Amino acid sequence: MNAMLNILADANWGGFWMPPQGSQVAQDTDWLFFFVYWVSVFFFLLILVLLVGFAWKYRYREGQPVLDAPKHNTALELTWTFIPTLIVIVIFYYGFKGYLKMAVPPPDSYEVDVTAHMWDYTFAYPNGQISDDTNLHIPVNTPVVFVLTSTDVLHGFYMPIFRIKKDVVPGRYNKIWVQATMEGTFDIFCTQYCGQDHSSMRRKVIVESRAKFVEWVNNLGGGKLPPAARGKYLWNTRGCSSCHSTDGSATGKAPTWKDLFMSQVQTMDGMHVADENYIHEVISHPNIHPIAGFQPIMPPTEGLINDKDISDIIAYLKTISKDYHPAALPASGPSK
Amino acid sequence: MSIAEHPSHQESKPDNYLTHTRGFKSWVLTLDHKRIGLMYMIFVLFAFLIGGSFAVLLRTSLWTPNHWMFPSDPAHDAQAKLFYNNMFSLHGAVMVFMFIIPAIPAILGNFMLPIMLGAKDVAFPRLNLMSLYIYFLGATFFLWVLLGGILRTAFNIHLPFGYGLDTGWTFYTPFSTSKAEDGMVAGVTGAFILGFSSILTGVNFVTSIHTLRPKGMTWFRMPLFLWAIYATSIIQILATPVLAITLLLLLAERLLHVGIFDSSLGGDPVLFQHFFWFYSHPAVYIMILPGMGVISEVISVHSRKHIFGYNFIALSSVALALLGFLVWGHHLFVAGQSNLADSIFSLLTFSVAIPSAVKVFNWLGTLYRSSIRFTPAMLFAMGFILLFTVGGLTGLFLGALAVDVPLHDTYFVIAHFHYVMVGSMLFAFLAGMYHWFPKMFGKMVNANWGRAAAIMLFIGFNTTFFPQFVMGAHGSPRRWATYPAEFQPYHQISTVGAYMMAISLITVALNWISALLWGKPAPANPWGGNTLEWHCASPPPHDNFPTPPVVDDPYNMNNWEYDKSIDGWVKRDIPGGSQAGAAPDRTRPVTH
Repeated sequence: MNAMLNILADANWGGFWMPPQGSQVAQDTDWLFFFVYWVSVFFFLLILVLLVGFAWKYRYREGQPVLDAPKHNTALELTWTFIPTLIVIVIFYYGFKGYLKMAVPPPDSYEVDVTAHMWDYTFAYPNGQISDDTNLHIPVNTPVVFVLTSTDVLHGFYMPIFRIKKDVVPGRYNKIWVQATMEGTFDIFCTQYCGQDHSSMRRKVIVESRAKFVEWVNNLGGGKLPPAARGKYLWNTRGCSSCHSTDGSATGKAPTWKDLFMSQVQTMDGMHVADENYIHEVISHPNIHPIAGFQPIMPPTEGLINDKDISDIIAYLKTISKDYHPAALPASGPSK
Repeated sequence: MSIAEHPSHQESKPDNYLTHTRGFKSWVLTLDHKRIGLMYMIFVLFAFLIGGSFAVLLRTSLWTPNHWMFPSDPAHDAQAKLFYNNMFSLHGAVMVFMFIIPAIPAILGNFMLPIMLGAKDVAFPRLNLMSLYIYFLGATFFLWVLLGGILRTAFNIHLPFGYGLDTGWTFYTPFSTSKAEDGMVAGVTGAFILGFSSILTGVNFVTSIHTLRPKGMTWFRMPLFLWAIYATSIIQILATPVLAITLLLLLAERLLHVGIFDSSLGGDPVLFQHFFWFYSHPAVYIMILPGMGVISEVISVHSRKHIFGYNFIALSSVALALLGFLVWGHHLFVAGQSNLADSIFSLLTFSVAIPSAVKVFNWLGTLYRSSIRFTPAMLFAMGFILLFTVGGLTGLFLGALAVDVPLHDTYFVIAHFHYVMVGSMLFAFLAGMYHWFPKMFGKMVNANWGRAAAIMLFIGFNTTFFPQFVMGAHGSPRRWATYPAEFQPYHQISTVGAYMMAISLITVALNWISALLWGKPAPANPWGGNTLEWHCASPPPHDNFPTPPVVDDPYNMNNWEYDKSIDGWVKRDIPGGSQAGAAPDRTRPVTH
């Protein structure tokens, strides 16, 4: 009960029925929701009153005479056919109108590519960079269109605060757009069952001021960092860190990166030296050399990591591997 | 078939279908629609018990945000989620394919349809027995998955195609064909086989209604239950083959890697949804129409009044059956079909609301100036009217495109269809069982316990599912093994409700079992109905009627009079009246 009262007092929860309104369509959608709601309440109460009223009034009592009643009444029956028809046509019309508003993005919308996979999303921005904190960032009061596709199974893309949702379908590009009207951090839920961790496929959408958003998006990709530092940034932001540790600890899912570079790696197809070419090969073709003791579960990296990224990751690996001994620059030039 | 026109070999007790022949073989090889209905009842109620247990388990698991039934370390996280995903998939599949679809047609339809037609049996008795065996065969595939899950979990023994059904009952591709556990193959095969049972039952009922109606029973003098069964059977015959084809394609993709639905094999996942819902939306009417038929009978008989607006109710069943074929696209409003398709399907979806509303108002019209008996059957029927109203009205939210977008695939949808599938269909089934129990078994059920169960189930049901509307409107998606803490209060109320429902249903079961063991003998017509089943003895003799009855208006109950000495109704003899009252003598000793 306490938890319930807390929720009712929580501004992020919204009203009894709907969450707060965070987008340009939320107000219209909620208006129609409550129109249907009050129509429903009216008819439910009407039926309840008639049912309970008749049940009480015409309950069987001993010795009660059989009342005379009509078997049908065409005028009455036509009335209760036509009135609901009119009401549902009105509901259809407003639902249709609101839907077209959601479906057609303005021509100058900012575009974010959303790629879903089991069980996460990748958010890619027009500058070719992807979000580095697993969250979706968008600017406030700006039309943003989401181009949705999946690399494996069906997923959903749903932000309750915005009242928008679309399935994310492999082999298709579905689109939906929003203009956020409120800054803050809100939920993204996957609504299409997608296997084991479906219920953990929750992310946040961060709506921020245009200035803050522009600064954030321009800093994406770690482009200003030196190679090794950028390699570490990529490890942190491209999903590598969820399976590969860099401090030697075991995750059970994949080998650690600590001391990996130039070490001897036992794979199912023989021994390999983890040199630059090996690293490039296993990142660009995941699971090509399955490693003893691990499931081949690394997801495809195509489009996610390019050659420059791999070079930076190699630079980073060099800084954490004991088998890599770069010769110090000789104190003096070679003798002639 | 043996002749039982003169059941004179027993003096004290007249012969009935239960005592007509004895022994195991006389049951498993029977062609008697009543025995087949009874065997269906045992299997279907067993499936209901299993599916209901899954529901209680998954509601229990949702008591806390992070599956408290498993240790909380990350190693058990995958196991806990897999358990939940299997529970909700099996709950859906068992309930839909093995309980809701066959419950009313296969149990009450099989038992009552030939009697209501004044016939000795259905048109094709052998086909009828075959459909029972096909049902049994299909069910064993689900038992296989269940057994496989238990063996694997407890003993690490792997049955082929026997571990885990984690696709949901909808088998959406490409997950089902590329990633799901292999129990999916057994589950899909089972559903494929169960479909044939449904088709054969439909063929049998349509033929029976066309060919076996007795003298005087024109189409518009048929009991409304038969109209509903007729409309249902049409859907079963036309829609179920589409499901069969779809499931075969699913197996071809899963086992032979033929690309049909999986985009990585060149297929289209949305195509599967079109195929699947082309069957499964009409299937919703397979589930609810027979229930509406039951309610029309129960409301009229237990309020002792002619049904109001017979033609509108009869035709609205047919309208629902036809319109039900045209609305499947509303399951794809957010799947990415064209805006034009979305708009057309939305408009067509609203057309379904009209015949549903008409029925509700006609039932209320029947109660006007009636004489209502609050029997358990009547209470369940009144519960049906209220819950169906909520289920129907919340459908308006989901039909309206702009409002559906946020609500689609959330708990709002779960609540909506449970109001229709459980609140309505289950209540109608129980109303029908309480209504016809005396006829089927010749025993009266204790009415007070029945009333108590009806009221408890009504409260428990609303406690379970009403909070889910609120939770869904706030954005909680369906099919979640874990959830954010802010939804916990709603989940907890819902879980408490689920236990109340379980207790109510156990009460119903005990109520029936005690009636079978110790119930008072039932008169031929305990409620005073005028449809033909009340003209033959309780339980009916093997051949139902010694001579083909002639019928008049099935809802004109004025010719029946209450007789206190037998606690039942007896037909007044009207000179030149029908022979329909020619039931075995013991039921009418007083009026002669």
